[in-house]
Amino acid sequence: MYTYNDFDEAFVRERVAQFSGQVARRIDGSLTEEEFRPLRLMNGLYLQLHAYMLRVAIPYGTINPDQMDQLALIAEKFDKGYGHFTTRQNIQYNWPKLPDVPAILEALADVGMHAIQTSGNTIRNVTADHFAGAAADEAYDPRPVAELIRQWSTDHPEFQFLPRKFKVAVTGASHDRAVVRAHDIGVVLKEQNGVKGAEVIVGGGLGRTPMVGKTLNEFVPFADLLPYIEATVSVWNLLGRRDNKYKARIKITVHEHGIDDIRARVEERFTQIKPTFGGIDMEMLAQIEQHFVAPIFANKPVDAYTRAYENDPVFRAWADTNLAAHKNEDYSIVTISLKKPGATPGDASADQMRSMAQLARDYGHDELRISHEQNVILPHVHKSNLPALHAVLKGNDLATANAGLISDIIACPGMDYCALATARSIPVAQGIATRFDELKLEHEIGQLKIKISGCINACGHHHVGHIGILGLDRAGVENYQITLGGDGTETTVIGDRTGPGFAYDEIIPAIERLVHAYLNARLDAEETFLQAYRRLGMAPFKEALYPPKEEKANAA
Amino acid sequence: MARPFTPKIVTANALLEGDVIYLSPQDTWVRDLCDAALFSQQDQAEERLAFASKDGFVVGAYLVDAVAGENGPEPVHFREDFRRTGPSNHNHGKQAEL
Ligand code: SF4
Repeated sequence: MYTYNDFDEAFVRERVAQFSGQVARRIDGSLTEEEFRPLRLMNGLYLQLHAYMLRVAIPYGTINPDQMDQLALIAEKFDKGYGHFTTRQNIQYNWPKLPDVPAILEALADVGMHAIQTSGNTIRNVTADHFAGAAADEAYDPRPVAELIRQWSTDHPEFQFLPRKFKVAVTGASHDRAVVRAHDIGVVLKEQNGVKGAEVIVGGGLGRTPMVGKTLNEFVPFADLLPYIEATVSVWNLLGRRDNKYKARIKITVHEHGIDDIRARVEERFTQIKPTFGGIDMEMLAQIEQHFVAPIFANKPVDAYTRAYENDPVFRAWADTNLAAHKNEDYSIVTISLKKPGATPGDASADQMRSMAQLARDYGHDELRISHEQNVILPHVHKSNLPALHAVLKGNDLATANAGLISDIIACPGMDYCALATARSIPVAQGIATRFDELKLEHEIGQLKIKISGCINACGHHHVGHIGILGLDRAGVENYQITLGGDGTETTVIGDRTGPGFAYDEIIPAIERLVHAYLNARLDAEETFLQAYRRLGMAPFKEALYPPKEEKANAA
Repeated sequence: MARPFTPKIVTANALLEGDVIYLSPQDTWVRDLCDAALFSQQDQAEERLAFASKDGFVVGAYLVDAVAGENGPEPVHFREDFRRTGPSNHNHGKQAEL
């Protein structure tokens, strides 16, 4: 993976030194909160409901075991012994104290990490397919391009005060695991007539006004890609609405001007700036690619795997759900679930982080990924090592066999932590996962993605959940709105609202009715919830959610 | 007719620890909502907020609705109930510390 060069190192150290000074000046009173706030936000430090929160970038979700160990150390030394992995492939610490933050940033810099541009109206942490470099369906590893975009966007002078935040996601696979159509820019790497390049998608986004991204250009050759992206951001930087923060994202600009107008402007801007790049971007890309060469895969028998699969039902259940197809057929991609029923989606204790780091060293070619679905991925595990790996996971409460199932829920921090929240999301996720665990129905139900957000900002991606749940404040009480049929893949769809929301104590029974309606209506066990919804539409689900009054009375 | 004024407390987060604090009747900052001052007059509430906002060791002071309870002020809105308690998924924050 990419390791910092001298320039990156010096830049991050300098920023730590600057921020240390700023914290000291805030504490001694030379800076007011008004002056300090933008400075701390530039360094990923938020003030939440109960405490500060530090958001640390994990570029395109890729980290190595030493970095994971350091995240564990920070969790123990400066926080409450755990960290929270987010839908943006970041990690958040929920309890840092202001005077400790410079030391935390120093500790991050020691392993080539930082919290820069994890807040504010800048280009945020670039995200990517979490199976990058490993997936069987991948044409190109998206990480070199993602790293190029990271380097270009970090501290880019033109893009530090954008109309609003800006998020870029990259994939190189046919199946979209990076939700690229719900980002300001989505990049899909592909080949055309023997030339490497990318489809550039623009104007996707969730939040208050969810929109599916539109194709800005079917194919931009690699040699033009970075200037093309810069041209796009640059056009929006001028055009984007700074008068109204709800209309400032590029999705609204695209919507208001039309994709053809935006495309024409981008082309024009591209023509101007392309010569200024002078090929340096391609030189950088070539250098970066050196950091992402595939590991040397082992060539050895997979008997141990076959034996365990045949004889150990617990291993088999886990293998069936948590393994994905690797490019090399003797290997698997392992999803380590951070969704044990009842646990907080995305939380990992320091001990768990260390054990995952060690597993990556022992069996995973030193690589780990964080998925936007708030799980941890070991992208390259030889099948013969899977039984041993599974045993270690079991010993660390990390062997939950539920990837892609109903309890593998995305949930944002919601009102348990987030100052912007209108309702809680974590306990709803815990409640659903626990309930379906009791019912022992999870494997029967099959693929079903539930996504929960604690406010309209949609950090929990509820719009693209097969079942989406949005927590709102209705006249001073928590109320949960349901959407159905959302999809965050290459066939991205924004879910449809079912109708009136449900109170906190009604939402879990409502989800249960919904799932039973699906089980009753599906053609066979092969038809997923999403497929059934697409075939049947809203009606049978609505009926289950809102039974007529008398039925309700009888049921009570 | 003017709407009756709902009593208010002054709350904020502490600069260093980041945790929830309340203005007490003695104009000090306290960690427990029960010890907070409850202002039943609008002018008085706003005046104490202005005073509190000048304190460099607090962040984001604001007024929030509260009612008088047996053991001191009680929150009206669930957000403030969570703020005075802590998160529901871990026994952290005020519920563990107070
Ligand atoms: S969706 Fe809302 S509540 Fe959830 S993390 Fe984002 S801003 Fe906070």
